[in-house]
Amino acid sequence: MLSIAAFLEGRHAQAFPSFGSERMGAPVMAFCRISDRPIRSREPVTQPDALIIQDPTLLNQAGLFEGLQPEGYVLINSARSLDQLGVASFLKSLPQDHVLTVPATELALRYIGKPLPNSTLLGGFAAMTGELRLASVLAAIRQKFPSKIGETNAAAAEAAFEQVKQAVAQPPLEHLCAIREETHVEAD
Amino acid sequence: MPFQQIKFYQTGTFTVGNRLLDPAVRTVQSDARRSNALNCGHRACRGCGEALGARYAVDAAMRASDGNLVAVNATGCLEVFSTPYPETSWQVAWIHSLFGNAAAVAAGVVAAMKAQGKNEVRIIAQGGDGGTADIGLGCLSGMFERNDDVLYICYDNEAYMNTGVQRSGTTPPAARTATTPPVGAKPGNVFGQGKSVPLIAMAHSIPYVATASVAELHDLEYKVEKAIPIRGARYIHIHVPCPLGWGSEPHDTIKVARLAVESGLFPLFEAEYGDVTERTVIRHRRPAEEYLKLQKRFAHLFRPQRDEERIAAIQAIADRNIQRFGLQNGEARP
Amino acid sequence: MWKQIEGSRAIAETVAMCRPQVICAYPITPQTHIVEGLGELVKSGELAGCEFLNVESEFGALSVAIGASATGVRTYTATASQGLLFMAEAVYNAAGLGLPIVMTIGNRAIGAPINIWNDHSDSMSMRDSGWIQLFAETNQEATDLHIQAFRLAEELSCPVMVCVDGFILTHAYDRIDLPLQHQVDAWLPRFEPRQVLDPAEPVSIGAMVGPDAFTEVRYLAHNKQLQALERIPEISGEFYEMFGRESGGLLRPYRLDGAEIVVVALGSVNGTIQEAIDELRDQGVLIGSISICSYRPFPLEAVCRALMNAKRVVVVEKSLSVGLGGMLATDVQMALAGRRQKVFTVIAGLGGRPITKASLLKLFRQAKADALESVTFLDLNWNVINRQLARENATRRSGPAAESILKDLATLPTKMV
Repeated sequence: MLSIAAFLEGRHAQAFPSFGSERMGAPVMAFCRISDRPIRSREPVTQPDALIIQDPTLLNQAGLFEGLQPEGYVLINSARSLDQLGVASFLKSLPQDHVLTVPATELALRYIGKPLPNSTLLGGFAAMTGELRLASVLAAIRQKFPSKIGETNAAAAEAAFEQVKQAVAQPPLEHLCAIREETHVEAD
Repeated sequence: MPFQQIKFYQTGTFTVGNRLLDPAVRTVQSDARRSNALNCGHRACRGCGEALGARYAVDAAMRASDGNLVAVNATGCLEVFSTPYPETSWQVAWIHSLFGNAAAVAAGVVAAMKAQGKNEVRIIAQGGDGGTADIGLGCLSGMFERNDDVLYICYDNEAYMNTGVQRSGTTPPAARTATTPPVGAKPGNVFGQGKSVPLIAMAHSIPYVATASVAELHDLEYKVEKAIPIRGARYIHIHVPCPLGWGSEPHDTIKVARLAVESGLFPLFEAEYGDVTERTVIRHRRPAEEYLKLQKRFAHLFRPQRDEERIAAIQAIADRNIQRFGLQNGEARP
Repeated sequence: MWKQIEGSRAIAETVAMCRPQVICAYPITPQTHIVEGLGELVKSGELAGCEFLNVESEFGALSVAIGASATGVRTYTATASQGLLFMAEAVYNAAGLGLPIVMTIGNRAIGAPINIWNDHSDSMSMRDSGWIQLFAETNQEATDLHIQAFRLAEELSCPVMVCVDGFILTHAYDRIDLPLQHQVDAWLPRFEPRQVLDPAEPVSIGAMVGPDAFTEVRYLAHNKQLQALERIPEISGEFYEMFGRESGGLLRPYRLDGAEIVVVALGSVNGTIQEAIDELRDQGVLIGSISICSYRPFPLEAVCRALMNAKRVVVVEKSLSVGLGGMLATDVQMALAGRRQKVFTVIAGLGGRPITKASLLKLFRQAKADALESVTFLDLNWNVINRQLARENATRRSGPAAESILKDLATLPTKMV
């Protein structure tokens, strides 16, 4: 969806999962590259500009933040604070507004009725990095999901956007942004 | 098959000439205008049951389809002797692909015809027991399961004859083959193995399944002609003696085939959607032994001494078939 | 029309636009999305006049395709890895019969050990079968090549494999310019078969050929592919005229001007290679690359010309000829037979191991310094290797090698290799 959002803004984007055997409950990673030039590289993203962590239980993984750029962004799906999650000190080298939590699962439950925070987090990402416009993210969500599901997901994403926006100042747009997203495979 | 009452003009025989039959019921082979789909000049052995069966079957299919026929052939005796480089004896649109894929290739032909709107063309796939029961079973089952509009004809001579008489999944117990040699304590093929492809076909609940024999050629033609216009997956399993592989006399082919039927070892029946609907009642029941004795592949059951146990076991198989398919005189309709 | 779309989906939509009349396939990772996409298009009626068969095995799939193609209709299927091997007999059969089937290979490693990720071992295993093999560098090219493939196959009466890196391309979302139906209709002529199963004009297809004529038949197959060497660039040119894109052809050069080192590779890794080349060029290293699209027929002359002025050639390939070394490299060396270039074989990316720019940069610098063995396994973990060899030396029953190695690596589920 991130790549679709970037596409809708006339940019180049490449998105792909790290292809593990898919089974429910297994951790997976997905990558996205966004650029104003055609993207040729086909290697996994090892030095992300942004990390979206959809499942905070993965915070205990070794090497989770490995390769994150010095000015990188981290968005964690959680209703708890960074201190409560135990990562505040670990990430203190990053700029303050670049590390945030957003209760995406709770928002998803409220707006979509299911604990599926994927699209919700994208709204938060847009607000935190300014990399994509909210309108593009919402359009991408609506394109991916049909009618009512698209609407509820978009609403959740917008809510996350608003929440995160309140927590940060608007940062400048980046030219090349690489994002890594950590999540568990969700059961529908 | 349908019956017509005929007065016998010759006593002491069962000979009834075609000219006494209603033209509509006469055999395809009796007609000079038959298609000769498998033309003469092929290289089959003397007395080959498969050549006989194929000629009857394909000509019948041609008549029933008004010449609108495509044949897909598996690798095997039929394919080899009918297309000896650089000749072909086929006068029908014909393709040979591989050993185990006749059913799948036929499914492809059907799909292509359908895509082109050519709905009158009928497709037959044919193969021996090896190409059907063993290596071809996967594709065959797939064709059955999809209910592809194919009539699959299996010519069962009970071994891989073309490659030198090796045992197949339809080789009967005790039979000698190159890979079940007549040596040791239990010479020949073992008991307790083997599969019935007609029953497997029935398990797929396809529209039509039948067994046939070159002993009953008229019945064979009837079944093919019946099967051709039916839409969906159909299967006919034809018993075809192989004089070379069975060690029988070339002039005994039909006799041997008839003994297989009359002993009950090869039941003749028809089934629709998984249930037996018709069977041929045995006119004169024969002991299995009479059938076995004509074939050298069973010689070790009789010499140097009789293997009573295994002869009895084979008889038991015949008995079971008779019971299971209702082949007794007077039981079911003829 | 531009879309941000999954590679597989783009291929499915493009194949549908080629108006195949029979599609059959058996699912195998990573081709599943292509066939599912096509199945949907048939079922919804969007792809009309097409019969879609769910078959019982890959062998069944290609066999159905053989029957359909022999009946004179445009036919398509797709597979990968184990599936390609399972249909191997039919692969040779289709080529031998001269049937213009187009098949996508979602390149994937062949087991044992079982591995679902990308490398080229599958299509390599069939490189001598008589199929034309085209490799896509990007998802854009992957879609374009399918259109070219049908034209090429049907003109020459020769089946064509379009090889698309599994997962890396098949499952990636990219910005792709999909052709329009009317463009494809205008560009791709109706299929006129050389031979067809027709009750009205019966022929026998697939008869035996004896020693008297077999060699001639095989030479004709070889000759067909030599003809393809001419047609492939022409078709690429004709494609450019209609669709406005460079796509296909025999090979594509990148920054060959004055290049002393030239890298050769197939498929998507070329993108990462080009990034590495740009970086090295910025540092004054005279390096370039060629991306080979037509692997079979192998463009010996074109490769030779492209590499003529290089001092060192580095072949980066996702394939291994066990007991010898490279496969692509061996072909490249044949193109350079008798010439002075040093050819380095680099086996990389096997079983989906990512080929990183960092590793490539290091590799190319080593090549520049002539500090490479003739055959190198990129990023090989020598620790693991040595421990396994020691294990095997110590005891006969050392257990399955793969299991011991995995225990050694003690890989956490989310740690990236």
